[in-house]
Amino acid sequence: MLALAVLVVPFAAGVVVAAVPWRRGIGWLGTASIGAVLAGGIVLAARVVHGPVVTAFGGVLRVDALSAFMVVVIGTIGVLATWQSVRYLSAEIAGGRSSRRHASLYGALVQGFITAMLLAVLAGNVGVMWVAVEATTVITTFLVGFRGTRGSLEASWKYLVICSVGIAMAFLGTVLVYLAALHVGHHQHANLDWTSLMAVSRHLDPGVLRLAFALLVLGYGTKVGLAPMHSWLPDAHGQAPAPVSALMSGVLLTVAFYALLRFKAIADGALGPAFPRVLLVAAGLVSLAVAATMLVAQRDYKRMLAYSSMEHMGLLALGAAAGTPLAIAAVLLHVLGHGLAKGVLFLTSGEILAAEGTSEIAQVKALLSRRPALGAIFGVGLVALLGFPPFSLFVSELNMLRAEFQVGLGWAGAISLVLVAVIFASLVSHGRHLLLGAAPEGEEARATPAVVTVPLIGALLLCAALGVVAWPLGGLLHAAARVVAR
Amino acid sequence: MSGPADGSALELLSGVVLVCAVVTLWRRSLSAIVKALGVQGVALGAVALVLGVAHDDGVLIAVGCLVVMAKGLAIPALLGRVVAGDPDSRETAPVVNVPASLVAAGALTFLAYGATAPVVALVPTAAGRLIPLGFATLLIGFFAMAARRKAVSQITGLLLVDNGIALVAFLATAGVPLLVELGASLDVLLAVVVLRVLAVRMTSKFGALDLDQLRELHD
Repeated sequence: MLALAVLVVPFAAGVVVAAVPWRRGIGWLGTASIGAVLAGGIVLAARVVHGPVVTAFGGVLRVDALSAFMVVVIGTIGVLATWQSVRYLSAEIAGGRSSRRHASLYGALVQGFITAMLLAVLAGNVGVMWVAVEATTVITTFLVGFRGTRGSLEASWKYLVICSVGIAMAFLGTVLVYLAALHVGHHQHANLDWTSLMAVSRHLDPGVLRLAFALLVLGYGTKVGLAPMHSWLPDAHGQAPAPVSALMSGVLLTVAFYALLRFKAIADGALGPAFPRVLLVAAGLVSLAVAATMLVAQRDYKRMLAYSSMEHMGLLALGAAAGTPLAIAAVLLHVLGHGLAKGVLFLTSGEILAAEGTSEIAQVKALLSRRPALGAIFGVGLVALLGFPPFSLFVSELNMLRAEFQVGLGWAGAISLVLVAVIFASLVSHGRHLLLGAAPEGEEARATPAVVTVPLIGALLLCAALGVVAWPLGGLLHAAARVVAR
Repeated sequence: MSGPADGSALELLSGVVLVCAVVTLWRRSLSAIVKALGVQGVALGAVALVLGVAHDDGVLIAVGCLVVMAKGLAIPALLGRVVAGDPDSRETAPVVNVPASLVAAGALTFLAYGATAPVVALVPTAAGRLIPLGFATLLIGFFAMAARRKAVSQITGLLLVDNGIALVAFLATAGVPLLVELGASLDVLLAVVVLRVLAVRMTSKFGALDLDQLRELHD
C-alpha cells in the first residue's frame, strides 16, 4: 500500500495545484507532497533493505532495495526543487513574466513529472517503466518551454524530438527482449516483468539480446545524456527554469540510468559481462570527451552545469561497466551525491540569473564579495561537484575507479582520469571568474534570504556527511547493488 | 499462422507500410506526405487485425482497431491542420534531394535485412520473415528526420520510426502486453499533440515552420 501511496500523493497534489489558482500556500503544498514521498521512500527502504521485496497490484509495482533507493533520491532532490519553485514562481508573477494560471500549470506539471519518475522506478514491468520514462519526456517538454522565449521554444522542440527518437529505440529494445523471452521454454508465461526476465535471462537468445541491448543503451542513453545522442541536454537544461533544471539534471538523467542498470543485469545473464561492458565503456568515454571539449571554452554557466552532468553520466556508465557490487554501490552513491551537488548548483544558478539578468560567464564577476551567501554556496557546490573530500562524490568516484581497475578496465579508468582533469581545470577557471575578484566601487554586498540559503546549505551538508559516514545508507546501497550485480 | 492466405495478406500489408515510408521521401508536398502516413497507419492496424484473427486473439483485434483510429485517422487529421496553416507547405529544399533520398531508402532496406538476421532466425513464421520491413520503415524514418528541413517532416519522420517499431512488435510477438501497448500508443499520441502545439507556437514566433530558424542555441 505504501508503494501506491508514494505515487498517489504527488499525483493528487498535482490535481489540486492545477485546480486552485496559484498562491504561495499552494506552492508549499507541492513541497509538502514531495516531503511525504521522501518519508515514504525512507520507510520503504528500511522495510526492503533486509526484508522481502514489496509488491502491489499483482506485481505492477515492485519495490526492491534499488527502487527504494531511487525513491529516496527523487524525494530528496524533489523537496529541494519544489521548495525553490515557490520563490521562483512568486518572482515570475511579481515581475509580470507569468500569470497565476501559468504558475498553477507549472506546479501541476512538476508534480506530474515527479510522479512519472516515481512510477518509472517503482514499476515491476519493464514495459510500464518505459511508458513512465516516455511520460517524463512529454511532461518536461512543457516545463522546458515554460518561459515561452524563442530559445526555450527551440530547446523544447529539440528535446522532445531527440528524446522521442531515443525512447522509441528503447521501446524496440524492450520488444526484442520480450521476443527473446517468448522463445524460452514455456510460451504462455512470458511477460515483461523484471523478475521473470531475470529468471530466464540465461536462456535468452544471445543474437537478439545483443541487438536489443545496443538499442536500449542508445535509447535510454539518449535520456541519460550519453553521447552521441546528447545534443538536447545543454539546450534543455540551459533554457528550463532553474528548479526544473535541478530536477532534470539531478534525477531525471539518473532515472533513465536506472533503467539501463536493470537491463544490464538481464543482458549480463544472457551475454556475459563482456558485451554490455564494451558498449557502456564506449558511451562513457565518448561522453566524457564531449563534455571536456565543450567545457573548455564554455560561455554560459547554466550550459556549463549541463555539460558537467554529461561528464558525471559518463563516469556512471564507466562504473556500471565495471559492474561489480562495489562498483554499483559506488554508482548509486554517486547518483545521490551528484543529484545533491548539481541540484544545489542549478538552484543557485537560478538565483544568480534572476539577480544578474544574464547567464553569460563573462558578464558575472566577483559573486563572493557582491553576493556573499549565494557566491559561497555556488563555490562550495562546485567544490563538491569537482570531487573534493569530504563530499560523497570523492568517495564514489574513487570506488568506481577502484572497481574499474579490479575488473581490467584500468585503461578506461586512466583515460577517464585525464578527461576529468581537463574538466576540472575548466570548471575551476570558470568558477574563479564567476566568484572571485573585487566588487566594483560603491557596490554594497547584498544578502540572500534564509529561505533560499538554508535548504541549499542543508543539501551540501548532507552531501558532505554522506562522504564521511556511510551510515545509514551503506546497508541500503549494498542491498541495492546486489539487485543488479553479483 | 493458420494458412497461406494469412501470409500473403500480411506480406501485402507490410509492403504497403514500407511503400508509404518511401512515398514520404519521394513527395515534396507536405499534405501528400501526411496522407501517405495515414495510409500507413491503416495498413499497420490491418496487420494487427489479420494477426488477431489468425491467432483468435480478441485483444489484438481491439489494438488493431485502435491503431487504425489513432494512426490512420486522428494523427493525420492533427498534422493536416498544421500543414493547412503553414503558408509554404512544401519541402522546397531538403538537405538531401529526392533521388538521393530514394537511393538511401533502398540501401537502408538492405541494411535492415542484415541487422535483423538474428531476429528472423528466432521467429520461423511467415510473419517473422517480414520483420525486416518494419526495421526498414524505422531506418527510413530516421533518415527522413535528418534529411528534411520542415518541422512537420520531423514529426512525420518520428511517426515513421514509431510505425516501424509497431510493425516489428506485431510481427515478432503478435503484440506486446496490452497495458504496455496502450501506454505506448498514448505516449506517442501525446508527443505528437505536444509537437503540434510547439509547431503552432513556433509559427507565430518565427513566421515559418522551417527548422533552419532554430539556431538561437549553440555553444
